[in-house]
Amino acid sequence: MSESVGKSLPHESAQLHVTGEARYTDDIPEPIGTLHAAIGISEKPHARIRSIDLEPVRQAPGVVAVVSAGDVPGHNDIGIRDDDPIFADGLVQYVGQSVFGVAATTIEAARRAAKLAQIDYEELEPVLDIDSALEKQSFVLPTVVVDRGNARKAIDAAEQRLRGRVRLGGQDQFYLEGHIAFALPREGGDMLVYSSTQHPGEVQLVVAHALAKEAKDVVVECRRMGGGFGGKETQPALFACIAALLATKTGRPVKLRPDRDHDMIITGKRHGYRIDYDVGFDDRGRIEGIEFTLASLCGMSADLSGPVNDRTVFHADNCYYLDNVSITSHRCKTNTVSNTAFRGFGGPQGMFAIEYVVDEIARHLDLDPLDVRKANFYGIGERDVTPYQMTVEDNILHELIPELEESSDYRERRREIDAFNADSEYLKRGIALTPVKFGISFTATHYNQAGALIHLYTDGTVLLNHGGTEMGQGLFTKVAQVVAEELGIDVERIRCTASDTSKVPNASATAASSGSDLNGMAAQAAARTLRERLTAFAAETHGVPPEAVSFAGGKVQVGDAELDFAELVKDAYMARIGLSATGFYRTPKIHYDRETMTGRPFYYFAYGAAASEVMIDLLTGEYRVLRVDILHDVGKSLNPAIDMGQVEGGFIQGMGWLTTEELWWNPAGELKTHAPSTYKIPVAGDLPDVFNVRLLPSGRNNEPTIHRSKAVGEPPLMLAISVFHAIKDAVSSAGDHRLSPRLDAPATPEEILDALEELRRRLADAGERSGSGAM
Amino acid sequence: MTASNLVETETSDDAVRFVLDGEIRTIRGVDPNTTVLEYLREELRRTGTKEGCAEGDCGACTVVLGELEGERVRFRAINSCIKFVPTLDGKELFTVESLRAPNGALHPVQQAMVDCHGSQCGFCTPGFVMSLFALYKSETEPSRLRIHDMLAGNLCRCTGYRPIVDAAEQMYGRGGDSAGDWLHEPHAGNGQATSSAEAACVERLRSLQRRGTLALSGPALGGGEHRYFAPTTVDDLANLVQSHPNAYILAGGTDIGLWVTKAHRDLETVIYLGNVGELGRVSTTESAIEIGAAVTITDAYDAIGRHFPDFGELFRRFASPPIRNAATLVGNIANGSPIGDSMPALISLGATLRLRAGAGTREVPLEDFYLAYQKTELAEGEFVESVRIPLTPTGRHFHTYKISKRFDQDISAVCGAFAIELDGGTVRNPRICFGGMAAIPKRASQCEAALEGKEWTESTLPDALAALARDYAPIDDMRATAGYRRAVAHNLLRKFFLETSGFEGETRILGRRR
Repeated sequence: MSESVGKSLPHESAQLHVTGEARYTDDIPEPIGTLHAAIGISEKPHARIRSIDLEPVRQAPGVVAVVSAGDVPGHNDIGIRDDDPIFADGLVQYVGQSVFGVAATTIEAARRAAKLAQIDYEELEPVLDIDSALEKQSFVLPTVVVDRGNARKAIDAAEQRLRGRVRLGGQDQFYLEGHIAFALPREGGDMLVYSSTQHPGEVQLVVAHALAKEAKDVVVECRRMGGGFGGKETQPALFACIAALLATKTGRPVKLRPDRDHDMIITGKRHGYRIDYDVGFDDRGRIEGIEFTLASLCGMSADLSGPVNDRTVFHADNCYYLDNVSITSHRCKTNTVSNTAFRGFGGPQGMFAIEYVVDEIARHLDLDPLDVRKANFYGIGERDVTPYQMTVEDNILHELIPELEESSDYRERRREIDAFNADSEYLKRGIALTPVKFGISFTATHYNQAGALIHLYTDGTVLLNHGGTEMGQGLFTKVAQVVAEELGIDVERIRCTASDTSKVPNASATAASSGSDLNGMAAQAAARTLRERLTAFAAETHGVPPEAVSFAGGKVQVGDAELDFAELVKDAYMARIGLSATGFYRTPKIHYDRETMTGRPFYYFAYGAAASEVMIDLLTGEYRVLRVDILHDVGKSLNPAIDMGQVEGGFIQGMGWLTTEELWWNPAGELKTHAPSTYKIPVAGDLPDVFNVRLLPSGRNNEPTIHRSKAVGEPPLMLAISVFHAIKDAVSSAGDHRLSPRLDAPATPEEILDALEELRRRLADAGERSGSGAM
Repeated sequence: MTASNLVETETSDDAVRFVLDGEIRTIRGVDPNTTVLEYLREELRRTGTKEGCAEGDCGACTVVLGELEGERVRFRAINSCIKFVPTLDGKELFTVESLRAPNGALHPVQQAMVDCHGSQCGFCTPGFVMSLFALYKSETEPSRLRIHDMLAGNLCRCTGYRPIVDAAEQMYGRGGDSAGDWLHEPHAGNGQATSSAEAACVERLRSLQRRGTLALSGPALGGGEHRYFAPTTVDDLANLVQSHPNAYILAGGTDIGLWVTKAHRDLETVIYLGNVGELGRVSTTESAIEIGAAVTITDAYDAIGRHFPDFGELFRRFASPPIRNAATLVGNIANGSPIGDSMPALISLGATLRLRAGAGTREVPLEDFYLAYQKTELAEGEFVESVRIPLTPTGRHFHTYKISKRFDQDISAVCGAFAIELDGGTVRNPRICFGGMAAIPKRASQCEAALEGKEWTESTLPDALAALARDYAPIDDMRATAGYRRAVAHNLLRKFFLETSGFEGETRILGRRR
């Protein structure tokens, strides 16, 4: 019987959250003399800097120090390819690029001063969108092509063929806690940086390089983030570096917290895409050959665009077997903010692409899209190899999809919706059921490792540390449950401690949904080491075999004797048994060749599906999500309540991506949706009227992951593709499903009204040609 | 009031007094431009209240104000990030740190949030807790829809809201260890007697109410001083506005607050009208509703929604509860934004403003108030005292529609309001007004002319629609393109026609059609 694994325990910080006692970076008490920083940013999307006059900044009230490119003692870059300067050095490449940093006695003084620089720009022609970048062949990284079979030949030979283009917008992470770094100089050039980061180890290295120091000289700590969603994977380094540079220069603690507008203008987001496809298929809708050209808006530097776009390629199959396939992936360089990680990491865009195509095929053939989806599903034991040559060994679609189809009453509701639409002139409903198959592991194989550190104290309490970071996803809770399970104690006896580069070194980013998989295993290993030491000690002192020692309920059974766990620990201490241990884990089986883009990049897949129903208003394009049914596979859940939270929260976030969340740049290259007043994430009122969410009851990971659970962070976001297709279905119904509408994402009311108008025009044209009436 | 006693009141008091944790706090020497959020986090180190956006759109900074209302205390959630400290004067402030019982027990709202797994990253959580606390102390058994409305000002990026809405439903049953603590007792219903704890709170608040003007000054960041006046009578207000013609007149501060937090401007002199009792009144007669300049959107909503249900639906979607609890209807009007939600409806209803300068007043039709982009009819030393909405003659149809990317808490791309009288099927006195279509809220005069005296039938529409297209030249921006604005304006006229000409089908996704 499980002690704690599998139980719906509350988040380890729940009480602290609701009382306001949970401490975020900005809540850490400031030592006397703390300065506050702000960043001076570029106002031009592409320009040479002829000169900068920072004197007005220096002279502003309260200002103590100003730093720019020439003041960086070490490496003036945070990027992967030396293309992300901390401070622009002669060239600015997007509106919002950091040019200098200023530290002042108050945050208000710093922010006011940051606006006072006199920068003389020589403007260069900017590239502001994907189309222009493609035209100019402007790329941050070389184009990648993945081929299997002969797509061109298969398309040409197919009974049916469709070509098209769809555009897909980006998305801001909109974590509620914005970026922040707090740098405290210590002795001998040693620096402590509190950073709201998913990757303390990277912040540590980048700060060290900027300061011309070494990893040993910088400690980065993060107890929790107020949300990350990928936006705090590489992006925190900029703020940490500037705070650390100013702290070094002044010898005083420096806190840098950009306001929401700067946060959104300066930092990267989800990549937007232009998707072009050419597909050949048979009369049942089975795809025989497909060519994709996937061009993404990477912004001004590479950042994580390589692996993000790779993951798009790896998910352009979603659940479908593509025999003859060719995927071309362009990584467009534009004079906009450098896009980065965001929950799903390119996967959602690939999945969106294939789901769009499958829906188009169904509409072309006048088949139910669900039937076309099924016709293309990966098989079991056949048709089961992905375009990147990985065999899908854990396919559960054939169980999961029918179960959701049944529980959501999909077929009956489609009939009801058709009847409703026939009677309703201005409001139309639509429904869609879409599947998700998401690959779990970092595609960069070396990231798939983790460490943990556990201390046992003589009162039987446990201090737990690991390389993962807590951003709200419940990682600390789950890992504590794993350790509690291993030691047979209550989670209350365990304190989760801040991620800290001085406790667990070289930790990977908490990303790729891998937090629990990796850190859970590492912590389990550490706990197991301690348990084994205690077991050996107990067995020896009580003269019983080790098999007669067991841990449960805060007690230790030693043969016939029962001890308190704390008592045994105390005895072990007295007997000079080591009570601290590290644990390590690396994911087995995975391998991947970057050159050929083939191999087994993923340890396993997570699956899910959602059926969504919407209603749209044909006069305004407004819509409402009426009902959503979700069935999602989390394997054997470590904590069902936390997993439900990830599934529901991911779905709603994905819904925002495809509906209300629109990034809008003006012709001058300025992002004008840079605050919640203009950038609209879902609110409570956007919850579907009916929201039935279930974890797949039979879920179990085929692979020996931590307690056979599955990763859950990213996959549920893609369940929201069903909402987009339900909207498309509703738009299609406005033309009695005679033509497929052209709908781009996000499907804002404006986009929906445009799609309706465009559909109306095409129907009218078709009607003229055939002599029949328009819609 | 004479000049001499004006000077006297200006200098008679230099402290803000409010209640926190049951104790009266007195603050002196604070910069009047300081926000409550800054004060809490930086001065008091009460860091439970968070900054998420500093513009009143995310709700992470939500706190609750207790205000005197007769013998009762009224609890209202507001955004502390754009609330200036001096406006706390005479009120009780509750923050997330205020809620635990003395024995440490969680508040029922907090307990319900824990039990329902309502927090993930936790950063938005204190704000949600405070919005729920205000709800807990002001209503019983809210519907799910009502809960959604009351949470419209709180963004959560992690949970997807379902567990938070569950917590709102379950919080009423969570009082346990802390029974007996007044803050832990749910709203008792308006008929209930005042408890002794509430009476003590009322007494404390009453002791803080002022007769005269609160006058403050405090050091500004860049040197010099910021001044703040909060008069309590209209006469004093009028005198202050005359003697400080460059002063900013502050009501809810939901826009002016952003001038400080976002534009980093110095508000050298601020005159706050929220303490002027006479301006806090709504009076309804047979012929009109008159709403004073200090009446919040929340309170105006109750009065107006009763007479104009569609206006009520518009108000339901007007910003968020914390904004509506602070912002005033007159502030929305006087601010002169081309995208203010209330103006198209008010103009189409024929609302007028009473402007006051010194002892003199004048009436101006609202549609004549706006001269150009953010330029109004207000003269130096003049302010808007009230807005008057004539009550509908029977037979008049009034519908209004707000179109935005997100239904709740969004700024409209287009807001359209339509009022016509139907005289045996003939259109009389059409008043059509749009927001978001021009630099000011503007009537569709050509469209109105095309409708006047015509039969309200399908055959009238083409001319009216063509005229409407000539009435406006909208722009592209982040909320919508000009093309969409035009198309929607066009379609809204059609929708209005359908809804008032006997069309049987449904025309609305949200809100009932009237």
